[in-house]
Amino acid sequence: MMDTKNIMIVGVGGQGTLLASKLLGAVLLGRGYDVKVSEVHGMSQRGGSVVTYVRWGDRVYSPVIDEGEADIILSFELLEAARYLRFLKKGGRIIVNTQRMDPMPVITSAAAYPENLVEKMKSAGADVDAADFLSLANQAGSARAVNVALLGRLSRLLPEITEETWLEAIAKGVPPKFVDVNQQAFLLGRAQA
Amino acid sequence: MKELMLGNKAVARGLYEAGCRFISSYPGTPSTEITEEAARYEEIDCEWAPNEKVALEAAHGATLGGVRAACAMKHVGLNVAADPLFTISYQGLNAGLVICVADDPGMHSSQNEQDSRHYAEAAKVPMLEPSDSEEARRFARYAFELSEQYNTPVFLKMCTRVAHSQSVVEPEARTEKERVPYVKDPGKVMMTGNSRSAHQRVEKRTRELALLAEESPLNRIEMGDRKIGVITASTSYQYAREVFGDGASILKLGMTWPLPEKKIRDFAAQVECLYVLEELDPFIENQVRALGLTVHGKDVFPVCGEFSQNLVRRCMGLEAPEGAALEEAIPVRPPVMCAGCPHRGVFHILKKKKCMVYGDIGCYTLGAIAPLNAMDLNVCMGASCSGLHGFVKAIGEEAAHHSVGVIGDSTFIHSGITGITEIAYNMSNSTIIILDNSITGMTGHQQNPTTGKNLRGEPAGKVNLEALCRAVGIERVRVVDPYDLKAVEAAVDEELAADAPSVIISRRPCVMIKGTVHKPPIAVDAAKCVGCKACMSIGCPAISFREKQARIDPTLCIGCRVCGQLCRFGALPAPEQEA
Repeated sequence: MMDTKNIMIVGVGGQGTLLASKLLGAVLLGRGYDVKVSEVHGMSQRGGSVVTYVRWGDRVYSPVIDEGEADIILSFELLEAARYLRFLKKGGRIIVNTQRMDPMPVITSAAAYPENLVEKMKSAGADVDAADFLSLANQAGSARAVNVALLGRLSRLLPEITEETWLEAIAKGVPPKFVDVNQQAFLLGRAQA
Repeated sequence: MKELMLGNKAVARGLYEAGCRFISSYPGTPSTEITEEAARYEEIDCEWAPNEKVALEAAHGATLGGVRAACAMKHVGLNVAADPLFTISYQGLNAGLVICVADDPGMHSSQNEQDSRHYAEAAKVPMLEPSDSEEARRFARYAFELSEQYNTPVFLKMCTRVAHSQSVVEPEARTEKERVPYVKDPGKVMMTGNSRSAHQRVEKRTRELALLAEESPLNRIEMGDRKIGVITASTSYQYAREVFGDGASILKLGMTWPLPEKKIRDFAAQVECLYVLEELDPFIENQVRALGLTVHGKDVFPVCGEFSQNLVRRCMGLEAPEGAALEEAIPVRPPVMCAGCPHRGVFHILKKKKCMVYGDIGCYTLGAIAPLNAMDLNVCMGASCSGLHGFVKAIGEEAAHHSVGVIGDSTFIHSGITGITEIAYNMSNSTIIILDNSITGMTGHQQNPTTGKNLRGEPAGKVNLEALCRAVGIERVRVVDPYDLKAVEAAVDEELAADAPSVIISRRPCVMIKGTVHKPPIAVDAAKCVGCKACMSIGCPAISFREKQARIDPTLCIGCRVCGQLCRFGALPAPEQEA
């Protein structure tokens, strides 16, 4: 009996977290796992904080991941990584895009964007893997491919899934004219050390 | 073949497999995708109705016409559809009718946290509650059988976590159903004599359904350790299994109205300590208590909010995992109006004028959030019009010249028309602003009767808002472009000053509609920006403040140039500077 594995994907509404969870869910189902992916639509998609839960194993019950349960957090934005850190298991891995997007209280000067978040998350005991995935996406040809670049980095932690499987899932999961850019972004993210 | 499927998509699949031929719905999170996904099947005639009452009446009409039909709505939508619901329950059908209703515990995208299960009991309509996508598919399919067998509408109750979670589904083929011929039956007219006998029939039906609930495989017992017994349904079942594994026995209810009395008693007799695990109200718990059983429920678990595995663990006195957390305060990230949103200019002016703003339900409710803070209150679909009328009646002239109702195009069609009719007929000096962005925005861009397109994007009838407002008796009707702040301000000034009811239609398509052509992003002229932050007062997410100057994020800015109309130093391009 395999323990259920938990990955949280967090970011800002509009960053493409839903595509990342869709691709991840598809490759895990293809491996024969029981999979649950939980997301929230509606209000929060308007630039709010968004979170998607991906769980897989022999038999998955709850569709959500709770505090202290995530094996991995994949964060599209720095502040969102810090916000959801409490969901990470002790010693869990957090992959974070260092892109900074000011939330409205920061824009209106009602609050300050915290400094040195990567160091602070490390001090709190998290295994932090921080990089500028937006640059990788731009290098691949589109800032919008940042989600797939992050997925490429995540793929290194899932050795049972081959590169070919991922590239096929991308080819099936995005519109034909964006396949090349996304596959390129995926490979750049995967290669990025 | 196995497929990972969203709960709502699985409902659509189940309706399709059952031979459903007609679906009429009004969009509402978390129910919207049921109808959108069903529309992918050409065998089902799917439509967006003006509101949920119309949708249910249309779907019921289709069943009288002899085809299996359904409708979908969010929990508060069922309030709107409640009027036909109670009498349809009496009148019966000529083919199966399934009413999908989605609750939103935790209020991810809702104005209240009401529990739809009460409607099942009140309207005497059976309710099925799936706990994952495969059950959503199977229950949707079975609901039609149940509906026809007992001549009753059937509720399929979803919640956010079942509706918006993907899990594994094994689709089956569709079974086509012949249309049942319509035969006139004098007993179908719901007036005194007929209604009396219909009520008798409904009570008998509920007793029969209760017997079915005893035998139905939808209500199953999973025996584990007998120290703890948990009666549960929907997503709470998943939390129970997650937390207890085999360490408890579970009575999993797939049918939550009517309840299987004997099965509950038998289960209770087999366990030492009985719990009911259910989100929101103690609906099952109260029924269990009424059987004279000792049970824990809302004395242990909360009424408010959404459940999770850690919540169940803590309530049960079990250890819950804890993660690392930063001591630092993390600024909240509330949803915001999109960069270039046409509603922004209107709220900026209403704030400037210090108006009392009676808001409504939609994206524009975000006008209540800082820095705009331009909404005083809201209640439900359409209340901005009728509520403002009462407010103005109570206070008189002072309110008439400083208060507005603000309502979106789709919401106006849903429930605002009767409100402005009230204003015109009973003659309050009220001012209503219709934010016409040519789409139903909040729920993900559905067409509506003002857009000229139907659910599938094909040409359709189109409501003329100006003519409609005039037809109900509002003589002062005008249209403004919300990107032109001066024009908006002039319109608001004049209509508030006028001694007659008025409607201002603020017309500009939502920037997120596919095909809307955006202008190139603008940039701040660093030589001219003095860092006064005037441009930041409109709360545009594309504008930030770095190194004592405003900065525009070119990936978000769509060149609406509303901010340029606020800059007194020429650091941002104003509309008239366009080439």
